[in-house]
Amino acid sequence: MAAIYSLYIINKSGGLIFYKDCGTKGRMDTNDSLRVASLWHSMHAISQQLSPVNGCSGIDLLQADTFDLHCFQSLPGTKFFVVCEPETPHMESLLRYIYELYTDYVLKNPFYEIEMPIRCELFDINLSQAVQSDRVALLGR
Amino acid sequence: MQFFGGSEINPSPQVPTASGNNAHMMYVFNRNGVCLLYKEWNRPLHTLNPQQDHKLMFGLLFSLKSLTAKMDPVNADKGNLGVPQLPGQGCSFHSFRTNTYKLSFMETPSGIKIILVTHPKTGDLRESLKYIYGLYVEYVVKNPIYNPGSPIKSELFNTALDQYVRSIS
Repeated sequence: MAAIYSLYIINKSGGLIFYKDCGTKGRMDTNDSLRVASLWHSMHAISQQLSPVNGCSGIDLLQADTFDLHCFQSLPGTKFFVVCEPETPHMESLLRYIYELYTDYVLKNPFYEIEMPIRCELFDINLSQAVQSDRVALLGR
Repeated sequence: MQFFGGSEINPSPQVPTASGNNAHMMYVFNRNGVCLLYKEWNRPLHTLNPQQDHKLMFGLLFSLKSLTAKMDPVNADKGNLGVPQLPGQGCSFHSFRTNTYKLSFMETPSGIKIILVTHPKTGDLRESLKYIYGLYVEYVVKNPIYNPGSPIKSELFNTALDQYVRSIS
């Protein structure tokens, strides 16, 4: 039973650069995940337009009937969002930790081309470890 | 999923003690995207003119519903992205939060969408939205001179709504 269903990373222009699916049902094929990522990028931008006050930085949390979606946007504009079970705690800190892993294993990798899909083994390994330990910590309580 | 089987016609939910105005604005749309009501209590920033603002809001909600139905990790059979969903079909979102506001959303089986934009620290407003729908039924739908699909001009509705929203914390 996963607390986290999936993780997406989108670049500045809205293109999907990383997608990890931990869920059992509801798996999406590649095309759908690309569409969903672009759609999220646009929705994030539109929500800033509809703000009643200044200084809106887009959607942080979307709550639906069967899942929650937490989003984190870094300063350069890369978005990290995770689909999880409703009311899962500590998702924001998990997203920030994933951002740290991204800067360490992806951005500092000299062979990685920025804005391109992520193909870094160390990033995958560390990410799985983080999600696993999170899962144990969350369910072990 | 979000439809009500309450026996009481207009149950008043617990209104927590509040200090003044928390709501920024409110929209009510029908199934065709016509904005039946737009109320504003506190909106310092107007990015677009009213018509564009309504259209943008409706479009955002339509797309978000489509997105949540597609992203649903629990249901195996989902339609394609972009296919219009019937009210109640597929997973739907009930709120989203940004750093400056929180938007709470409710759609009824008849396609009436009620949107309330409030302060980001507001709690779950689903019960409040159901109550507002109850007000809509009482003052608008049951009004014999009201023409369905046209903007709401009922004074009684506006007053009752105003009073209720100001009391939500």
